Amino acid sequence: MPLLAVSGLTKRYRRGDTLVSAADDVSFTIEPAETLALVGPSGSGKSTIARLVTRLIEPDAGTILLEGTNLRALKPSALRAMRGRLQIVFQDPLAALNPRATVGRVIEDPLKIHTRFSRGERRSRVASLLERVRLDPALASRPIHEISGGQRQRVAIARALASSPTLIVLDEAVSALDVSVRAEILQLLKRIQRETRVAYFFITHDLGVVRAMADRVAVLDGGRIVETGLASEVVSNPQSEIGKALVAAAPRLPRS
Amino acid sequence: MTVLARLQGFGVSYSRKRHATTALANIDLDLFAGEKLAIIGESGSGKSTLAMALAGLLAPEAQQQGTIEWPGYSDQPQPGRDIGFVFQDPGGSLNPVMTVGSTIAEVARVNLGLDRASASQSAHDLIARVRLPDPERIAHSYPHQLSGGQRQRVAIAAAIAGRPSLLIADEATSALDTIVQAEIVALIRSLVEADGMTLVFISHDIALAASLADRIAVFRSGRLVECGDTRTIIQQQEDAYTRQLLDAHLAVEA
Repeated sequence: MPLLAVSGLTKRYRRGDTLVSAADDVSFTIEPAETLALVGPSGSGKSTIARLVTRLIEPDAGTILLEGTNLRALKPSALRAMRGRLQIVFQDPLAALNPRATVGRVIEDPLKIHTRFSRGERRSRVASLLERVRLDPALASRPIHEISGGQRQRVAIARALASSPTLIVLDEAVSALDVSVRAEILQLLKRIQRETRVAYFFITHDLGVVRAMADRVAVLDGGRIVETGLASEVVSNPQSEIGKALVAAAPRLPRS
Repeated sequence: MTVLARLQGFGVSYSRKRHATTALANIDLDLFAGEKLAIIGESGSGKSTLAMALAGLLAPEAQQQGTIEWPGYSDQPQPGRDIGFVFQDPGGSLNPVMTVGSTIAEVARVNLGLDRASASQSAHDLIARVRLPDPERIAHSYPHQLSGGQRQRVAIAAAIAGRPSLLIADEATSALDTIVQAEIVALIRSLVEADGMTLVFISHDIALAASLADRIAVFRSGRLVECGDTRTIIQQQEDAYTRQLLDAHLAVEA
């Protein structure tokens, strides 16, 4: 059984007199410990699909099965319990995390919601999560707004890991980072996957990131998946029009 | 080669409550007329400060050290007329309550002394030149009615409307997706080459910069780390930090 099975997912928005499909009959699966990338140009529907899968917005149609449980059929209380299994990390951690909260509180909050740990247990869990994302546990007392962008994204990853998820949706999670910080975060994500067998749904417009991180990739155009395959094969030999355009547009270092 | 601008011992610092922050220090750099120079750096490298200093757009409280001379100009170059500027966020540089046609025409009117009719004609021509479809309709649009890529084309049209000889693009493609980014880079290249402009292309992406620039200057923490021909910097770089940036590039090819 796949970890995540999405089928027929559809979401339309009204723009003036016309209906625009942000997601049009989208189906895919993600296996445990797998990384599936979703690529496409701006406006292709990537972020809408990230929000639909994490149930932050309501689809018009389709089913979302996580570990066999239909997320659309759950009552709010059951969905809340399920949310610990399915986490999301956004592009801008300063917008996603309370800037005035301390690092420790940001990571501890999901432990309060999803676990019955005592206060002392939560504190030691926060320290081990900070170590897992290679941050100094002493950082726990610092407010979010005082730390660097790369550190903030590590905190966002630690927070996502707090509830022991089986799937993390990474919505352009490395797109705003400096290249050397991005390289470190990608290494970190790979190591965490090896250690915890968490699966990633990696949303990006950057095929370099896809080639470095993903097992498989789905190419999105106008809300529809137009191509799916092994990341290495799609990046080296794209079949769809938009896949070809994305590969052609990727910056390359000049060869000798 | 004619030197357009010469920086010698150039630095910029800010002091706030007895606390001094150095944004740039001890920069020696020549900008040659007609070249495409890339300024590469990460957050805090000082690359945007350098762009603002070249354009004469530094905040009044900025303290400058050293000199910027302009041997390529008879007098101090003026932003708009001599120097065009394209920023990362076209939404922030375009007036949201003016049609984009009026915005572009205004630049032409102020800097070239055109009357309203000629300025308006010039705006239409420029909208076509930046390859926007249906220039008539675009000229009467407001920025919010356009896509990010279309807005950046409008910002480029406005930047070149005063016929500057130097174009500075500061992370002009960083907020765009890869496909639109490649189109905007191609547009900048063709405009710069057709008009014989000098280009300063500021980016955090060394591969993107290498596809466009003749020379690359690498900045880190306010200092110039290394500067040379694109080929030399990519293949025979001397500095470990430059190598680190190249290693961090994620290639689409094996």
